Amino acid sequence: MSVIKVPEADAAGWKCRACDAELEMLPVELEYLDSLFTVALPTCPQCGQVLIPENLALGKMNQVEHLLEDK
Amino acid sequence: MEQHELRQWENKCIQEEVPQCTASCPLHVDAKTFCSLMRQRRWDKAWAVLARTLPLPGVLARLCDAPCKRNCVRKDAGGSIEIGLLERFCAENAKPVAPPRPLPARGKSVAVIGGGLTGLCAAWELARRGFRTTLYCGVPGSDLSALPETQLPAGALERELENLARLGAALETGVPLDTALIEAQLAENDAVFLDSDALSEAMADFGEPDELTLGTGQPGLFASPRGESAPVLKAAAARRAANSVERFTQGVSMVTGRELEGPYATRLYTNLGNVEPAPPVVNAAGYTETDARDEAKRCLQCECMECVKNCEYLRHYKAYPKVYVRQAYNNESIVMGTRQANTMINSCMLCGLCEVICPEDFSMADVCLQARRTMVEKGTMPPSAHEFALRDMAFANGEKAALARHAPGADASEYLFFPGCQLTASDPGGVMAAYADLRQRLGAVGLLLHCCGAPAEWSGRQALAGETMAEIRGHWERMGKPHLVVSCPTCLKALRQGLPEAEISSHWSLLRALGLPDGARQQDTELAINDPCAARHDAVLLEDARALLEQMQVRITEPELSGERTECCGYGGLLSEANPELAKAVRERRAQAADEDFVTYCVMCRDMLAKAGKRALHFYDLLYPAGEDSAARPAPGYSARRENRARLRETLLAELWREESETETAPHESVRVEFTEQARDIMEERRILTSDVQKVLHAARETGACFVHKETGHVLASHRPVVVTYWVEYEERGDGFLVHNAWSHRMRVKGGAS
Ligand code: SF4
Ligand code: SF4
Ligand code: SF4
Ligand SMILES: [Zn+2]
Repeated sequence: MSVIKVPEADAAGWKCRACDAELEMLPVELEYLDSLFTVALPTCPQCGQVLIPENLALGKMNQVEHLLEDK
Repeated sequence: MEQHELRQWENKCIQEEVPQCTASCPLHVDAKTFCSLMRQRRWDKAWAVLARTLPLPGVLARLCDAPCKRNCVRKDAGGSIEIGLLERFCAENAKPVAPPRPLPARGKSVAVIGGGLTGLCAAWELARRGFRTTLYCGVPGSDLSALPETQLPAGALERELENLARLGAALETGVPLDTALIEAQLAENDAVFLDSDALSEAMADFGEPDELTLGTGQPGLFASPRGESAPVLKAAAARRAANSVERFTQGVSMVTGRELEGPYATRLYTNLGNVEPAPPVVNAAGYTETDARDEAKRCLQCECMECVKNCEYLRHYKAYPKVYVRQAYNNESIVMGTRQANTMINSCMLCGLCEVICPEDFSMADVCLQARRTMVEKGTMPPSAHEFALRDMAFANGEKAALARHAPGADASEYLFFPGCQLTASDPGGVMAAYADLRQRLGAVGLLLHCCGAPAEWSGRQALAGETMAEIRGHWERMGKPHLVVSCPTCLKALRQGLPEAEISSHWSLLRALGLPDGARQQDTELAINDPCAARHDAVLLEDARALLEQMQVRITEPELSGERTECCGYGGLLSEANPELAKAVRERRAQAADEDFVTYCVMCRDMLAKAGKRALHFYDLLYPAGEDSAARPAPGYSARRENRARLRETLLAELWREESETETAPHESVRVEFTEQARDIMEERRILTSDVQKVLHAARETGACFVHKETGHVLASHRPVVVTYWVEYEERGDGFLVHNAWSHRMRVKGGAS
């Protein structure tokens, strides 16, 4: 398993609605094609719901997706 | 791609062939580079180009009578480049350069006997190749002494003789040249070269030299042909002899692979089409700096690049097919590591223009399609490249959009109307009108709403394309093998290939024969015709389309690239899926191909042109006018295209067949949703459909999993229906939603809610 550093995902202002909890940067496993990464992402500490902000999805994450597709 | 296939492709593209001037120069001077430097007034660099190739450059550059002029491509556009005059100017004005550095010593010795220009050149060539060289002569350059000062200024020969010495050649002057000398040198050296014209008497004993090798009856003895007067041909004979001496002393074949010595034919093609004729610069007093620059500017810098000039895709990657095919080959060979050419391979529109334009019929489309098929086979095709288009195709062929029926009330079909999935997506009203018109005039016309499988074909998925065609075949057979009437040129091409035994007509040919429908627009207008690339090789279709326009009294303007040479709109080959940026550049380029409004018979062309901001009409807009300013109609977005297909099917079923649509409504379809204008644009750009958003909202409602923003109160939820996770930011509005933003990604959070 490789570990990838993602610039801090901007999730300011969001909280988990179900748990009414503030999000924390927690290690999360991301999976694409046959690769697994551990990345710190804004997560609800209670229910584990992970937020993938727009800038991450369209930026770094998109780049990594393409990289993996071309591997 | 096998290696021999790579070779075949590489050999087909002649872009790297040598220009005519270089090929016809007996010494192969790089006149193109020389001219390029001369036009920049870089005289010293230009001189270095000559000095690299010419023996005794200070002499030869002044004497050369430029046989290259006979084949210079400029010849037919004002007159050949005056390479000779340019060389002379350069010799006068450039800083002299040191002679080339000789190759490492070979430990072999050669004697050159006779010091005419031929002998001097031979000594130069041999010394340069690392032979221990001695030149025996009376007076060196004896055949040059009669030349006037204007041609060979004092000191020019002496300087090159010094250079000859710097190259390592020894000079023995004042030696009587006779048979005894030749025999003595033959005994002492590994080879001997005779400058025949400098010692014609003594030569007689050894016979005429062989044309190819310049070898004589005596092994190791080489001689120039007698009576050559052109200086550059003397130098060429010297070079040939040096090559022979090299082969002889190495003990390799004297004859094989010598085709490229001396002038040869080159395959390089250079188009004069857009070249303004310009006469050579003349100046009896010799060139000034400006003259030299201007004359050099006339050089066309010969190259092919025909396809690159006409294809935005080929231009985009900054090289040409010979390079691209190697990149595609390398891409395929990579086992571990990044395949750099995936996007390049997936960006060709497969339109076939290059093949028509290329003097050697190079088809980049064949290369790219084959590469895509291999990628699919090997499982290395990037999933994101074509997935959206394939899902869209599945939708078009799914229960919500596909339809196969005999005409209402009929239980057989003589004809079967096949409008194609893009026409139904873009202009469902036009399709309904066309179908009504066909039934009215032909009676038993069935309807088949289906995709022809082009997206599968273009994405390299042959199996899927085959399955799609098999479905179409199934419908067609069940309906009694009716005569197919096809609107879309891409469908037409696909069906003719996939159902070779079927009778198939284009809707346009049929209308040409039937006459215009009632209500067709007939007014004197001028429109630019845009042939879709799928029609390129269909001469009948190209002609029918024009005839139909003429029946409607349209005056037709042909863009520069038209008919067999038409350009793709950027939709072909799924370019817009794999490379949206490039697709944009392509359609914008095409939009500029004519000042007039465009008229076309492929709805994707119409929509692509509309997307580029160009006014464009589809034939249906003229044949079945709906009243509004159709040329200004915007291209429907992805969601609207799906809705159009579904609604068309429902409407047709209800109105014509009096049937309720039997397809089930999925729960998410009842989610009531609105979008801000910005959200709509974003979704279009990111290919997020209304139905994707509805799925997210439905899931959030079911699970309660979502985030809320502390200031705006917006809600953020995600859902992953299949392989893409969608995120939607929205406001709750009663029992509906207002969407502000949406994005997606393909990576999956493991075990997570998204
Ligand atoms: S135009 Fe220039 S490059 Fe072409 S053949 Fe003539 S000299 Fe050579
Ligand atoms: S887009 Fe058309 S012209 Fe360009 S390389 Fe591909 S097939 Fe050839
Ligand atoms: S047209 Fe294109 S592919 Fe054909 S020879 Fe010229 S550069 Fe090569
Ligand atoms: Zn929670």
